[in-house]
Amino acid sequence: MRFERRDRPSRALSVLAPLGAIMAALLVAGVLIATAGANPLTAYALILDGAFGSRLGFSETLTRTTPLILTGLAAAVAFRARVWNIGGEGQFYLGALAVAAIGMVPALAGLPAPLAILICAAAGAVAGMVLLLVPLGLRLRFGVDEVVTTLLLNFVAVLFVSLMIEGPMKDPLAFGWPQSVPIPDNAILPTLMDRTRLHAGLLIALALAVAVWWVQARSVFGLGARAAGLSPRAAAFAGVPLARTLLLVGCLSGGLAGLAGAVEVMGVKAYVTTDLSPNYGYSGIVIAMLANLNPLGVIAAALFSAVMFVGADSMSRALSIPSYIADVTVALSLLTMLVAIFLTQYRIRR
Amino acid sequence: MSVIFDILAAVGLWEAVLRIATPLIFGTLGVLLCERVGVLNLGIEGIMTFGAMVGWLTVYSGGDLWTGMAAAALGGAAFGLLHAILTVPLGLSQHVTGLGITLFASSFAYYVFRLAVPVATSPPTVEPFRPLDVFGLADLPVVGPVLFGQTAPTYLALALVVVLAWVIYRTPLGLALRMAGENPHALDAQGVDPIRLRIWAIMAGSALMAMGGAFLTLAAFNSFFPTMVQGRGWICVALVVFASWRPGRALLGALLFAFFDAFQLRLQTVVDGVPYQLFLMAPYLLSILALIVMARRARVPQALMQPYRRGER
Amino acid sequence: MTRVLELRGITKRFGAVTANEDVSLHLDQGEIVALLGENGAGKTTLMSILFGHYTADAGTVRVDGAELPPGRSRAAIQAGVGMVHQHFALAPNLSVLDNIVTGTEPLWRPVSRRSAARAKLAGLMDRFGLTVDPDALVADLSVGECQRVEILKALYNDARILILDEPTAVLTTQEAERLFATLREMTGQGLSLIFISHKLNEVMAAADRVVVLRGGRVVAERATEATSKDELAELMVGRRVERPRRPPATPGAVVLEARDLRLSGRGGASLNGVSFVLRSGETLGIIGVSGNGQTTLAGLVSGLHAPDSGALLVKGREITRHTVPDAIAAGIGRIPEDRHAEGTIGDLSLWENAVLERIWSPEFSRRGLVRRRAARAATAEIIKGYDVRGAGVDSRIRLLSGGNMQKLILGRALSADPDILVAAQPSRGLDEGAIAAVHARLLEARARGAGVLLISEDLDEVLALSDRVRAIVGGRLSPAIPSDDADARRLGLMMAGDWAEAGEDAHAV
Repeated sequence: MRFERRDRPSRALSVLAPLGAIMAALLVAGVLIATAGANPLTAYALILDGAFGSRLGFSETLTRTTPLILTGLAAAVAFRARVWNIGGEGQFYLGALAVAAIGMVPALAGLPAPLAILICAAAGAVAGMVLLLVPLGLRLRFGVDEVVTTLLLNFVAVLFVSLMIEGPMKDPLAFGWPQSVPIPDNAILPTLMDRTRLHAGLLIALALAVAVWWVQARSVFGLGARAAGLSPRAAAFAGVPLARTLLLVGCLSGGLAGLAGAVEVMGVKAYVTTDLSPNYGYSGIVIAMLANLNPLGVIAAALFSAVMFVGADSMSRALSIPSYIADVTVALSLLTMLVAIFLTQYRIRR
Repeated sequence: MSVIFDILAAVGLWEAVLRIATPLIFGTLGVLLCERVGVLNLGIEGIMTFGAMVGWLTVYSGGDLWTGMAAAALGGAAFGLLHAILTVPLGLSQHVTGLGITLFASSFAYYVFRLAVPVATSPPTVEPFRPLDVFGLADLPVVGPVLFGQTAPTYLALALVVVLAWVIYRTPLGLALRMAGENPHALDAQGVDPIRLRIWAIMAGSALMAMGGAFLTLAAFNSFFPTMVQGRGWICVALVVFASWRPGRALLGALLFAFFDAFQLRLQTVVDGVPYQLFLMAPYLLSILALIVMARRARVPQALMQPYRRGER
Repeated sequence: MTRVLELRGITKRFGAVTANEDVSLHLDQGEIVALLGENGAGKTTLMSILFGHYTADAGTVRVDGAELPPGRSRAAIQAGVGMVHQHFALAPNLSVLDNIVTGTEPLWRPVSRRSAARAKLAGLMDRFGLTVDPDALVADLSVGECQRVEILKALYNDARILILDEPTAVLTTQEAERLFATLREMTGQGLSLIFISHKLNEVMAAADRVVVLRGGRVVAERATEATSKDELAELMVGRRVERPRRPPATPGAVVLEARDLRLSGRGGASLNGVSFVLRSGETLGIIGVSGNGQTTLAGLVSGLHAPDSGALLVKGREITRHTVPDAIAAGIGRIPEDRHAEGTIGDLSLWENAVLERIWSPEFSRRGLVRRRAARAATAEIIKGYDVRGAGVDSRIRLLSGGNMQKLILGRALSADPDILVAAQPSRGLDEGAIAAVHARLLEARARGAGVLLISEDLDEVLALSDRVRAIVGGRLSPAIPSDDADARRLGLMMAGDWAEAGEDAHAV
């Protein structure tokens, strides 16, 4: 058996790839559910019901989708240019922490809401950028592979958050729980549905997905970044400023991940804890791949993940299947998606 | 200063070094083997987690400790096979596949763990490996507990360093392994199938990683809990660069690293006013530092991360 | 004579493409057979089948009368067939001995028997006069030494039949002559050889018999004494392709001047003081064996790196910022030496590849946004003007054949009417038709008044296109000689660094 590159990637397969990948992942996860003694179909029905079946469930799903779109975009933007930013998790936390820190500045409470929100969002984005620029700088300056450094920095970032919220940023009114001082009300994002947690961050995320798509498709920077990702040598020959392009990509990617953390604080929690993110940063990688690095596809992929996570919570209560099944399914869909992408590019020959 | 001397003088510190180093030795050897044939295996973090879980679960359900180690190795090899199939014949991105394996293996481990232990306030424990008394020398002052009073898997790890070094540098197999990581075309031209060799090496390497994980639940601790691997896998990846892909230096790196870790753990308890998080950050920052120092000096296997397809150059 | 190797009726298809069709070929003991064919004629596929890397759809391979099992890579080696690859199959970080011994012992043997291997290797070196330090790292060897290692590798496997793929591609004329002398000696000792080539001169000089492959089929077989270069050329190409001839030059003002350029530590070879002038309307050929600094020189003029010292002047003005946009703005058109790795990005469209290097010009972008319509139109123009076939403006450039890709690159470089054209290895790996097209374009640019800096390893190409020739050796340039006074022997001496021997009048120009 051997593989042969297709001259043109099949259009139909490109569209079907994510669907096929998700089906395959659900199939394997179904086996795991069945092994645990439950009917997979019942489980999936319960997942869908949990995610969409009620006003609350639906709003929770969209609330969960919001940070996932942003971390998904962060990974997609970076991977396009072959910047292996696996540090979304750490950038998320630093972004969140930055908002909490700005929130402690007394002057913020006196600002009009839009300005306060803008300042907080910017602070979050900058914090994420900074955390990614460190490993990126190390790559450009010393040739250190950023995969491992961004991974390691995730741990450092979470520890730093822990340090701050147990130390200088600790909320004295939180009964001793390690959490930051809540941000003032004028920096809180408006809700989109009454009596739910769904907030305007979703609109920000959607708008950014479109914006990122447009920049990638239409701008000189987008073309340069794609070229740099596909072939650094040829891009350099064509005069694409590699270091500058990669740094810009890093700013964009780290900024998006940092913004995800900021938006989560401004929209949902108002304060930071060390369990603010149920692996949003890592899920972003899966989402980016499921979307085949397409910013608009990220929206759909993020929704899929959110459905799995929110739905699995209620399903697991009903069937006593560990809710980890959602993580398993999402991780599996990454692997199946990789195979699916491969099949759109290669055909199998005997 | 005297605090530091006190810590350094304590036998407990030196005893801890080999114990802390053991999972890292397994892990670095595993990564080293994979990368020597040209494949990055970022699945390590998940494979270690899975190994820790399976090792523990096997013993918890009545298997003996070595059966637990073996089960972990087998599980690791299975995930290694998955990684190998995706990255070697299919030639998929080694970065992304490895992360996928990590996410899959760890979430799968948590899932199985939750199935086995649905609710428990404190995680159930097993009877772990006991310290040995090698040559009856464990009672010697200082060197006794440090060198001769470790658990059996630690000695296995040390033995594996020697075995792997021998295989890589002295045997025809090792030569072929190195060639697979340097230039698979050349290996193929000599009539050895690099694809098959890579697959086997990745499986073996992944088995080692999982054994490192199992050491955590079966010797270092006595129970399994999520996120217990704590980035040790990533640290191993960094250590291999630090070791310049040589087994002996990998051992050295793991020991050095374990020494700092043991040292900071003790320093934490005696130094007041410094947040403990700073100490906990040290291992990760140290790994990054090691990467920076070695990045340009290390002799990277030339075909690392380059998929091999016949006829494509 | 005993027949040592026989391929019969080999057919191999890849999808719709037939790489080999009913190819039959045989080799007798002590013979040197040349397998002649253009790029893409199916030579490599045929050899891959012989070595079991591909399985043929039909046909058999026999060594010493015994049929080889298909698809087993060790089978051919064990039967005594050795391959010397054009792109050396060597691991640079391993020693010569390691490279040779790998794969020759049973993998599960607990110890590699190094001293026995060393003795055997020493014997072989002695017997065939191929000396290399067995403990040297391959990375430290010269190209010629690497080739010796490749040959030794085959001999170490007890090969009695040797297949050499384009063995002279990287050698100087003199080195090539020495190689063929060695090969002749090998046949004297009972070995039999096939060498794959597209160079008519060496085929005529070294082979006993020629098998011509075209479009995957054997189109002719000739004894060398019963044929001629012209006949072989026509058989190989399938029609008469005349390369364009160079009209007399009318050199004008100096457009490019290099003054003592030095550049070290750039992965490739360094430059150790390179000076030359290039005039408008002339072609300066830089000939040399690969690895002597030509890649660095081309990169420097192309704006990829800055010199450590020395100056580069375009029309009398010194280039101060060595970047690609500055080079292009200064009027330098660039043909990179590796069109796949450097010249194009396979997964980008034709139009993106065509405009990327000038994307910052107002023609193709405004306020940071790509003017897609203008870019597509300009690309369509190039496609039309340069006869690029095989794909449209929006197709990925990967779909183009090498020749068409090169035409697009030429069009891209020349559409801006550059005063200077740096062409590195412009016809490497192309078939005869495409070579003629590329040469015609280069001559056209020269006739239009551009100064052409032609960096090439192909003697025929340099002689055909250049007005003056310099050799590059160890990062230095030889004095220039008029190409009308040059011949293969003299250029060979120049490429070997023997500038005095090459002619006293060398400094005349």
